[in-house]
Amino acid sequence: METKNIMIVGVGGQGTLLTSRILGGLTIDAGYDVKLSEVHGMAQRGGSVVTFVRYGEKVAEPIVEEGHADVIIAFERLEALRYAHFLKKDGVLVVNDWRIDPMPVVIGAAEYPENILENLAKEHKVYTVNATEESKKLGNSRVFNLIVLGMAAQHMDFTKEQWYSVIEKTVPPKTVDINKKAFDVGYEL
Amino acid sequence: MSETKKVVMLGNEAIARGAYEAGVKVSAAYPGTPSTEISEALVQYKDSIYAEWSPNEKVATEVAIGASVSGVRAMACMKHVGLNVASDPLYTVSYMGVNGGLVVFVADDPGLYSSQNEQDTRMVARAAQVPVLEPSDSAEAKDFVKIAYELSEQFDRPIICRTTTRLAHSQGMVELKEREEVEDKVYEKNIRKNVMMPGNAKGRHVEIEKRNLELAEAANTLPINRIEMNDTKIGVITSGIPYLYVKEAIPTASVLKLGMVNPLPQKMIADFAAKVDKLYIVEELDPVIETQVKAWGIECVGKEIFTVQGEYSANMVREAILGEKVEVKAPAAAPMRPPILCPGCPHRSVYYVLNKLKMHASGDIGCYTLGAVAPLSVVDTTICMGASISSLHGMEKAKGKEYIKNWVAVIGDSTFLHTGVNSLMNMMYNQATGTVMILDNSTTGMTGHQDHAATGKTLQGDPTNAVNIPELCRALGVKNVVEINAFDIELLEKTIKEETAKDEVSVIITKTPCVLLDKSKKPLYTAHADKCKKCGACMKPGCPAMTKNADGTIKIDDTMCTGCGLCESLCKFDAIELVTGGAK
Repeated sequence: METKNIMIVGVGGQGTLLTSRILGGLTIDAGYDVKLSEVHGMAQRGGSVVTFVRYGEKVAEPIVEEGHADVIIAFERLEALRYAHFLKKDGVLVVNDWRIDPMPVVIGAAEYPENILENLAKEHKVYTVNATEESKKLGNSRVFNLIVLGMAAQHMDFTKEQWYSVIEKTVPPKTVDINKKAFDVGYEL
Repeated sequence: MSETKKVVMLGNEAIARGAYEAGVKVSAAYPGTPSTEISEALVQYKDSIYAEWSPNEKVATEVAIGASVSGVRAMACMKHVGLNVASDPLYTVSYMGVNGGLVVFVADDPGLYSSQNEQDTRMVARAAQVPVLEPSDSAEAKDFVKIAYELSEQFDRPIICRTTTRLAHSQGMVELKEREEVEDKVYEKNIRKNVMMPGNAKGRHVEIEKRNLELAEAANTLPINRIEMNDTKIGVITSGIPYLYVKEAIPTASVLKLGMVNPLPQKMIADFAAKVDKLYIVEELDPVIETQVKAWGIECVGKEIFTVQGEYSANMVREAILGEKVEVKAPAAAPMRPPILCPGCPHRSVYYVLNKLKMHASGDIGCYTLGAVAPLSVVDTTICMGASISSLHGMEKAKGKEYIKNWVAVIGDSTFLHTGVNSLMNMMYNQATGTVMILDNSTTGMTGHQDHAATGKTLQGDPTNAVNIPELCRALGVKNVVEINAFDIELLEKTIKEETAKDEVSVIITKTPCVLLDKSKKPLYTAHADKCKKCGACMKPGCPAMTKNADGTIKIDDTMCTGCGLCESLCKFDAIELVTGGAK
């Protein structure tokens, strides 16, 4: 099997690390070789963050090259735009339809681009969910990333049981139920 | 036979596991991205390994040296710039050698994800004549630890194990083994080896030159230096993470993979070079391997086609060596998203006041470095740990006390204890008058919340003595020590004005914990569009939770607000109101 390339992009603090660890655990449980590349430190403080997950029979480098991503999971619209060029031709972009203004926009030095999702959909397969609003309905806005992940799971080759099992192992014990519920919301969309 | 278990680990976690398996007994470190998680991961082995946060890397390295002298396997961990702080003991322990094995783990940061420079540890190691191992992935990161200790003890050398951000923060498969208990070496008093006064050091210098030559010879047959012969048109010498890029980009190339990058295996390299048509050197940052290979008269291509900056990639290797133009789509035009202070960060409040007073700040290393960027735009300089205080002092001595009346030094609690305290001592000794602000958020913030000498808790989670920072300042002779809540902006403004006006050193300590330390559910604020006059006052601190509606009125993102109340205190029209039990 050819190595699969997944990217998780978002804003520092949105939980890209947790999501990548769920994906990592999932691929290991399925018996693949896997490499994940994460971002820690200063770049994590509200900045643009990207995490790479690569799995297959034997994985060499830990990063995804431009034009090679099978799936990009984006936790915010502008970040989806920023990294969309990493997608391969028939790659899938799953986006949380949510806006977080970067500082240049907050202070009026730049404009937040209009119609990001519409424009991305002209070139890529784009699936969107307002996971942040959906997660509020579940009573915990922090689990929005599991909703997005659930949606991305529709485009990946793992069973729901495999996903459940890794979620149980990865998230804090007290939050297993709400995280599974959030995953379901995205998975059933 | 013991059961083998495969797990996925960060490069840093794998190093900690390697230390456990190699029988290490003592570890000391100061947090620094990308090295921090080594020490954090060591905590799980606390029954076997004593691990501590030291106040700085020099202290950490000396702790490890002491442990080695006493006869146990010991380690120190740091980022590349931390090695500068530790270079004093490093250069001399290089002369002493070891008793129990001694390994210093150093993480470089090509691409500057979280650092003030892009220096190459291999250059420092060569200057200090310290051997360097460089793993390529998590599996090697673990396995090389044991090899490092064996080489250290066999050749009587301290060893540096070098990683980079991409390895330290990548996860890969690791096969777990049992811990091997290593018998302590006997300590014997030996002043010729351990007391580095001129007469003894002279002898040791001769000795280590000899040992390094022996090690360089041994490098030719060391299994971690290996040749992967393939098509002989292209030969590549590489190590570390770039090895993976070479394998990905040109799987047909012949590769000499160096596990030890200092000293280099001259004979092995010459033999390899003779077998391939064209030889390339692929190494991130400085041309360390290349320079030596060329000095031996071996023809090769390196930095002629590769950059000395940033990280490499498989695409970069394809382009440079194969001349294949990799067609990639240009990234879309998107506004930058630089890192920022978190919503509710106490530093934002302090910088808001400093900005309002049009103050300059001599800055330091930590989250609060972010006070340099708009809209806060307060910090003028950032150099290295502790430099805020000493460089403010230098300005005063250059230009006089009036010149620095609109300047302060800003430094965090952990950084103050790292090296800032020496600089404050210097101010007191040399009759300074400047104002130092210690932004005390009760943690080492930027690296992800590590304890330090003033938090009352050790790395391994035990309660301990907490340095009293105000009393420490008073003990140095500072008469004006003021403690204040970072969010009390009126008092803060008054205090800064008063203290900077004095012709004496003042220390203002803003004591407010990092907003991320408290994980409890927080209240949040909401903005009422009907009362908002669009004056923009609440937007001045640049809180990322504050945005504008289409009509220009203020909106607060309820998923980001942490209820710090800074915006409310700036609104003159009661348009911002506290709500409890929000979305979180």
